[in-house]
Amino acid sequence: MKIIKSMLVGASLALVASVSHAASSGNTLATVDPEADRLALQSYFQKRFPKVAVSDYVNGIYALDAPSREQWQEIEEFPPYEFDIEEGEELFNTAFANGKSYADCFANGGEGIRQNFPRWDEAQGQVVTLELAINQCRESNGEKALGWKKGKIAKISAYMASTSRDNVFDVQIPNDAAKAAYLDGKQSFYARRGQLNMSCASCHVAGANILIRADLPGPTLGHVTHFPVFRSKWGELGTLQRRYGGCQKNVRGTPQKTQGEKFRNLEFFQTYMSNGLVVNGPGARK
Amino acid sequence: MRKNIIKHALLGLALIGASSVTLADYSADDIAKGKALYLNKKKGNCIACHMIPDADAKLPGNQGPPLLAMKARFPDSTKLRAQIWDATVRNPLSIMPPFGRHWILSEAEIDALIAYLYEY
Repeated sequence: MKIIKSMLVGASLALVASVSHAASSGNTLATVDPEADRLALQSYFQKRFPKVAVSDYVNGIYALDAPSREQWQEIEEFPPYEFDIEEGEELFNTAFANGKSYADCFANGGEGIRQNFPRWDEAQGQVVTLELAINQCRESNGEKALGWKKGKIAKISAYMASTSRDNVFDVQIPNDAAKAAYLDGKQSFYARRGQLNMSCASCHVAGANILIRADLPGPTLGHVTHFPVFRSKWGELGTLQRRYGGCQKNVRGTPQKTQGEKFRNLEFFQTYMSNGLVVNGPGARK
Repeated sequence: MRKNIIKHALLGLALIGASSVTLADYSADDIAKGKALYLNKKKGNCIACHMIPDADAKLPGNQGPPLLAMKARFPDSTKLRAQIWDATVRNPLSIMPPFGRHWILSEAEIDALIAYLYEY
């Protein structure tokens, strides 16, 4: 009995040691240091999984768990999002009623630019995600906005990601207003929500690659790089913020507004954390 | 380090307490109710994170420690109750939902769960 007990005490101490916050810089505008946060998150995961290269985190949980990786690689042999990319390309190239098209709204005709989103828009004074930019493009050309979570917007986003594959994420925080948005996203990430009282970090930092029943939560490093994703559970393509809402429901909380300020700031923070990794969206997930 | 000292002090206290606190008798009905709560995804769903050596508790998660030797580890049922009520009191970083504080389980349900856990 004593042996079991000391083993358990040992195990619980080991857990306490590994369940530490990865964020190293502060929680005020004066003390927060995005670059220090990003490096701290990388080193946290490198310490926990020393054999996994940082660049492999774009593959999410499949970077950490070999059996899941095998299943996933089989799925990727006939990528379930292939038709979505094709439809997305068609939608992207279809002219609006005024004769203009998406290519007119974006730098480089909208090709190979996924790595620059979300970006701080100084004129608007807010974070602009790729999906928000897509709908702003539509509305400024007299078209109706698309639904945020799935369908056409996800397909267009998937096509735009596919033209950006292997480009390195480079989210910029140019001034204090942008830094405040980053900080808000960081606070969202570490704040507990819902009846289950969990934060994003509970599962995707400390709890990453540890079983919740039969599921392994993925690491937050590289989380955003493969979105939008074709999720087997959805049986279709969905955006990152669709998943955010689903996560908040999972912890028995009230989902925040898709493409509202909170979610855009969260995406800003989360994508900054993956700066230096490559775009590999769209992806396939369980 | 200080945490360790506190932890050992608590363990010591728990052991001293063990000699004076006798376990309440739990009914078979309590144990069965507790088991159902342990496995029910919408209620306790303890199995999502904790292994327990019950043949019916298949495919457990391992976010939390295995639930073994519960009487030895928690000779004082009020300590176990407090842990289920709100594990973040003892460990602010715990992922464990505060089942009592957030009204996920009622007081009677937590007691039934304890009856079940003391079987292991």
